[in-house]
Amino acid sequence: MNGRTVRLSVNRRSYERTVEPRTTLADFLRDDLDLTGTHVGCEHGVCGACTVLLDDQPVRSCLLFAVQLDGASITTVEGLADGERLHPIQEAFREHHGLQCGFCTPGLLLTAKALLQEHPAPSDGEIREAIAGNLCRCTGYHFIVAAIRAAGERRA
Amino acid sequence: MDEAVEHLGRHGDEAKVLAGGQSLVPMLNFRLARPAMLVDVNRIAGLDGVTEKNGALSVGALVRQRQLERAIGGRFPLLAAGLRLIGHTAIRVRGTVAGSIAHADPAAELPALLVCVGGIVVARSPRGERMIAAADFFVGPLMTALADDELVVETRWPLLPVAGWGLHEVARRHGDFALVGAAALVTLANGNVEAVSVAIFGCGATPVNATAAARALEGRPPTPAAIAEAAQAAAATLEPHDDLHATADYRRRVARTLTARALTDAVSRASGAVATS
Repeated sequence: MNGRTVRLSVNRRSYERTVEPRTTLADFLRDDLDLTGTHVGCEHGVCGACTVLLDDQPVRSCLLFAVQLDGASITTVEGLADGERLHPIQEAFREHHGLQCGFCTPGLLLTAKALLQEHPAPSDGEIREAIAGNLCRCTGYHFIVAAIRAAGERRA
Repeated sequence: MDEAVEHLGRHGDEAKVLAGGQSLVPMLNFRLARPAMLVDVNRIAGLDGVTEKNGALSVGALVRQRQLERAIGGRFPLLAAGLRLIGHTAIRVRGTVAGSIAHADPAAELPALLVCVGGIVVARSPRGERMIAAADFFVGPLMTALADDELVVETRWPLLPVAGWGLHEVARRHGDFALVGAAALVTLANGNVEAVSVAIFGCGATPVNATAAARALEGRPPTPAAIAEAAQAAAATLEPHDDLHATADYRRRVARTLTARALTDAVSRASGAVATS
């Protein structure tokens, strides 16, 4: 294996691993770090299921290579809850039925986190535009929008 | 930078430049592209600046689309409007301006906007640096005038403070590539159209600089009839393709409608007090 060493922070914990240059960040998180909360859907940037935060900004982990991320700080869905206590956005999704099968949920939660960080009280239009890059095939979006709105109100 | 250019030279068409990766990595994941060598330029210093010099916005090759969107605010509304139509936030956070230009998708917004404003691509190779006008840069679908060992280091976007602008596109879903789109810049003088630039995307092998529209409109008052005639003239020169999403005829019709709308908006903004491009 033509390995390279990367050091990066994931959910505020430091990791050092040797990876093949071809390994995507999504596969690295799932296979090397056992952080399987990041889901892999379309693998070409359309579905948004693999969205994570790179230095607090949402990115597709299927379109990045782990070797590119030496020194980076990543947040995945596993980094949201505080022990047993759900993050306020997760709590809002639970309360408002913002998920059914849960496949798209990790990507939606992190997309919502980035949105609320920049716009603490987004309009429904802004919420819909922000999550337009995250496909959900079962909930129907209305509950997701309601959950993000509620999470914003709770933080405000 | 010298090392990157040297790798490109050594590996020829076996090498691909990796910048934001929002077009290249999907192609790799699907095995549509199988380069032997990826040259990751993301850590090259000095390529991430947005500066204004000599009446143009100079955008370094590693400037992300999201970064430019924030940097230009209201000062370059045509470019700002185009950036908002690219993919989604998570794509723009990573995708670079120069990468979209170098990828040269004929349905993408930024190549068409560079053609519309008459911008310039600055490329570096072991032979030095050269400037390529947007009009000469796009030579086919995903094909540019760049040599195998040339790296885009900067794109330049002329600031056109007295021109009004218009931009319309039709896409199947929010954030998708456009089926068809049209961008227009119009300058007025004494109630007549002084200069026009129209670029149409999604309607041919490259973004199309619709000079027929300019010829039809320049020197005339911008009446609805004159605009319709210009849009018709532009659409007549197009050679769109059929695909799963739309027929060539449909694309040509949409191009005519969108060109008319973009010109109408551009005229109305040019008539406003201090219109800006």
